[in-house]
Amino acid sequence: MKTTLTVNAREYDVDNDPRRTLLDTLRDDLGLPGTKKGCDHGQCGACTVLLNGERVNSCLCLTAMHDGDEITTIEGIGSPDKLSALQEAFVKHDGYQCGYCTPGQIMSATAMLKEISDGAPSYVSDDLQTASLSDAEMAERMSGNLCRCSAYPLIREAIAMASEVKK
Amino acid sequence: MKPFDYIRAGEIEDVAGGQIIAGGTNLLDLMKIQVVAPDALVDITRLDGLSDIAEHEGGLRIGALVTNTTVANDARVREGWPLLSRAILAGASAQIRNKATTGGNLLQRTRCPYFYDTSQACNKRAPGSGCAAMGGAGRMLAIFGTSEHCLAAHPSDMAVAMAALEAEVEITNASGETRCVPMNDFYRGPADRPDVETVLGDGDLVTAVILPTPRAGERQTYRKVRDRASYAFALVSVAGSVRMEGDTIKDVALAYGSVAPHPWMDQKVVEMLEGETASNELFQRAAKTLVPETAPHPDTEYKITLLRRTFIAAMRQLTGLADSAGTDISRAHS
Repeated sequence: MKTTLTVNAREYDVDNDPRRTLLDTLRDDLGLPGTKKGCDHGQCGACTVLLNGERVNSCLCLTAMHDGDEITTIEGIGSPDKLSALQEAFVKHDGYQCGYCTPGQIMSATAMLKEISDGAPSYVSDDLQTASLSDAEMAERMSGNLCRCSAYPLIREAIAMASEVKK
Repeated sequence: MKPFDYIRAGEIEDVAGGQIIAGGTNLLDLMKIQVVAPDALVDITRLDGLSDIAEHEGGLRIGALVTNTTVANDARVREGWPLLSRAILAGASAQIRNKATTGGNLLQRTRCPYFYDTSQACNKRAPGSGCAAMGGAGRMLAIFGTSEHCLAAHPSDMAVAMAALEAEVEITNASGETRCVPMNDFYRGPADRPDVETVLGDGDLVTAVILPTPRAGERQTYRKVRDRASYAFALVSVAGSVRMEGDTIKDVALAYGSVAPHPWMDQKVVEMLEGETASNELFQRAAKTLVPETAPHPDTEYKITLLRRTFIAAMRQLTGLADSAGTDISRAHS
């Protein structure tokens, strides 16, 4: 199945078995191993990427269904000499232990900060008309990203710091 | 996954005969473990006219391909049907809600572990093979509407809210003819065919959900009880909407989730509440009417107590006897 994807602002033509997931395409065909395979069933969030600007689990996407779509991976938001605000905050606050979930956490948080600035509510919002970034809100909004080392408090500190930088 | 032919549908008539895929958040999971192994996979995400929320006879028509996130965030839904926003936001994770669609959410399969385990008997997965949940472990199973062939519960939060809001499912057949069925007639009980879950026939496609006009001033809530605070299926849930006049309950709509093979409703309970003065004693009596005396599986006995308490807490919230976060007032939109 021939598919054209734009990944990190670069266009790729891939020819995949229709069973191939976007996650496997990114890692194995395009040489972008920053996106991690955890559970491969949409439960852990390690494979989180931005699909047309929105966070999704790339393990639950068939590449063939995404012809013409734009994807951003962890490789697309910063580089070792020019980290994104969130990447820098994760380093500074030690927002990881083993680091395996970190690319997914950072991609998810990148989208989450935009969702809050767009005014999207969450299940724990007292009022559906407003969006805020309290600790409880962060925990709820990031619940699709598991960290088996349980670095959650430091991950939330890192996100809070990055959101301050953004302001 | 087993090999399949991938077909990108351009017209509604292309959908007959294949396994339909849209968001794929449940289906791909099932295909990876070969609980579902279609010969042909029909991608409907490029069909026209299914991706919008439009105003419709005072209510809304939500296209089947509109994502869960888009529905929950829609300004009109937040104003007029806040219960629906809350129920959707209570489900899954942000990543999954961004991909999952309105039609797909209705059609998601049970999370009964025996349905997922291809080495076990399951009448829903392999008709006639039996039900390993009977005599097995089953704290997520249903307490209402089961049959001797299946004890599974429907896991959706969204569908429960839509049932309470008296939504209808719009179905289009291969000839392009459209019909609407109330949410509760859309699902079939398991009876002797637990594998047939809805009234959809071959070539039928869910094309939209229709929400009727909201009643301004209603209090609405979606109360979900689960094993962890977020990203978990409900053990029980209560979707409710109440209009009060002083202390008197005027209109009530209620639906209950994760307790039956489909969103559960009970007209007797509604009749006990309407026209009465809100009180703890009334809610205790109504709760007793709502719940069954025994559960069909010993592992779900706890759901009887949990549902009774969740119902009472929701009614106290909805009638103003208790102040609680998560109560929203519906505002009519124009």
